Amino acid sequence: MTKFVQVFFQTLTLGSLYALIALGYTLVYGILRFINFAHSDVVTFGAWIAFTIAGVLGWAGTGSPVFAMPIVMIAAMAASAALGFTIERLAYRPLRKAPRLNVLITAIGVSLFLQNTGQLQAVFGKDPVKMPRLLSEEPLFRLAGVQVPLVDVALVLLAVALVIVLQWLVYRSKLGQAMRAVSWNDQIASLMGVPVDRVISITFVIGSALAAAGGVLYGLKYGQLNQTADALWVLLGLKAFVAAVVGGIGNVRGAVVGALLIATIEMFGAAYLSPQLADLYVFGVLILMLLLRPAGLLGSDTVEKV
Amino acid sequence: MRSLATIGLSVLLAVTAGCERKRNQTGGGGGSGESGSGGAGGGVPDNRPVMIGHFASMTGSEATFGQSTDRGIRLAIAERNAAIDAGTLKGRKIDLTTEDDAGKPQEAGTAVTKLITRTKVVAILGEVASGLSMAGGQVAQQYGVPMISPSSTNPAVTQIGDMIFRVCFLDEFQGKVVAKFAVEELKAKKVAILFDQGQPYSKGLADFFEKALKAAGGEVATRQAYDTNNPDVGAQLASIKDANPDAVFLPGYYTQAANIARQARKLGITVPFLGGDGWDSAKLEEIGGDAVQGSFFSNHYSPEEETPAVQNFVAKYKAKHGAAPDALAALGYDAANLLFAAIDRSPSLSGKDLAATIAATKGFAGVTGEITINGDRDASKSAVVVKIDHGKRPAVKRYPAE
Repeated sequence: MTKFVQVFFQTLTLGSLYALIALGYTLVYGILRFINFAHSDVVTFGAWIAFTIAGVLGWAGTGSPVFAMPIVMIAAMAASAALGFTIERLAYRPLRKAPRLNVLITAIGVSLFLQNTGQLQAVFGKDPVKMPRLLSEEPLFRLAGVQVPLVDVALVLLAVALVIVLQWLVYRSKLGQAMRAVSWNDQIASLMGVPVDRVISITFVIGSALAAAGGVLYGLKYGQLNQTADALWVLLGLKAFVAAVVGGIGNVRGAVVGALLIATIEMFGAAYLSPQLADLYVFGVLILMLLLRPAGLLGSDTVEKV
Repeated sequence: MRSLATIGLSVLLAVTAGCERKRNQTGGGGGSGESGSGGAGGGVPDNRPVMIGHFASMTGSEATFGQSTDRGIRLAIAERNAAIDAGTLKGRKIDLTTEDDAGKPQEAGTAVTKLITRTKVVAILGEVASGLSMAGGQVAQQYGVPMISPSSTNPAVTQIGDMIFRVCFLDEFQGKVVAKFAVEELKAKKVAILFDQGQPYSKGLADFFEKALKAAGGEVATRQAYDTNNPDVGAQLASIKDANPDAVFLPGYYTQAANIARQARKLGITVPFLGGDGWDSAKLEEIGGDAVQGSFFSNHYSPEEETPAVQNFVAKYKAKHGAAPDALAALGYDAANLLFAAIDRSPSLSGKDLAATIAATKGFAGVTGEITINGDRDASKSAVVVKIDHGKRPAVKRYPAE
């Protein structure tokens, strides 16, 4: 029983983390119909910016003030949003009319560029660092013999809050209406007076800010950050991407459902079957989903015109 | 626009030309004559320095491994070059080139190739991580250049071929030492194992530990694996907590061990952690914090041992770097000195002669203990179990060589 509850909480936190990152993939895909392979590097960037800012402000040790975490989080989200905006403006916008394959290759190029720039000693360096403890690791509460630390609770609550805000933004606000219009048909949307370029920029900004939130929470949860080109980041991004695809890429609710599903399969598979094969379960689910229901759990079966 | 390109191109050319010249000066031409130039055969004494290479993780997840080892090697070189004996091979200074492999197997092979073909080294020192030593060792064996690993403990490393040596003990011995310590000193009956399935070092150590633990009368509470690229070991730790062990054996490298220890303490696992020499880095405590205090790991030496050899080395190292040397620095120092002794005794600097001389090393007095190279090109040595105690690493128990 203890083990089950333990794994359940782990699943919830990991799922929230995947969801925050998956939303970025799904938003960009929804609007531009292409996979932003540089997204996982925006996650990484957010985490490293948080580390840098906490260091500059002197919040490296334990007894950091209560407001340290929100400030660092907001700053990292802003920095990543700026990065996402810049990437879209410089790398993707000039290719708006180009074949989709060109954009895809550019995305991989941007990803490699960010990884290798981040590795420079003058930027973030190549060594792993210890993430400052901005949140207490003391257990917040106990349930069935399981300790639940504040970090995990904060991760889940923040993810839920951000998803609710996003849900409102996409389906209730004017901006969301514009986003959906662009995603449906950008040319007609443009004729109707929707500022397509601005809507796409805002989509990147939102997705990147959520990615940064995921990156910062990742750092706080595991207490350390690896170099920007570490395979760990790529795998994290890949799993979030799988979550977005399984949930139905382009669908906000689908990304959340997919993230929770992937986390469940990974965690329970590792705990009750074999931990050696955790990644296999995740990618196995991807293959199964692509075979059985290519549009994903909540995706609509539209015929893709390529 | 075109003029800009022309300027750019000419600058590039000038830089490349400069590099080329520099390379030629520092010994590019010396390589071909290296093997035949043993001593004063030609009448003209050879004054060019003997080039040796070091490949190491100077950056990356295990960066302190490479950095410490490199410092140890450089200390040995500085001493040797200061007290040069004009009558030996001999009379020539030693020069070191270090190549960074960033802790990645594919780059380890490239680094060794570069050292051999470009720098024309006569021998190679490295790596710390067994997986990387294997990647680099394949290349060294292929080219017939002797390689001494200061601290790779997986048995497969020296099995690559007759050019590959090591100056540290093996994982079988290390696994036995930790298992013995767990059962006899900690009175731990049930021990859980959590290892890194992608690292030959970690997997090997887990296997040897399990075997020795059973032989010593203990039992494995549960055996779990993780992947370096997947930092979340929550599921594995839940299984471990469920198994209710007396101790947890984490035979990974320090970054992972620190990460796991923190996650385990958060989940309420309070028993001591055990590890191998892959834990030996100040970063373990920096990242792990309170979670790793009171844990134990087997190591090659403790800087707090009161023998003259150790204290002498620690004092010299501290004077230079301001911190106590970890075992990797000591092993780097020992590997380099053992190599210099072989260079002095060897009839020539050809790979074959040098390898034969290294293989004949008996009773070499190193900082980490007496080193005798056996028929498998391994070192038979003693081990020590140290405790992590707020920045100090006191030796708890020493286990003699078998």
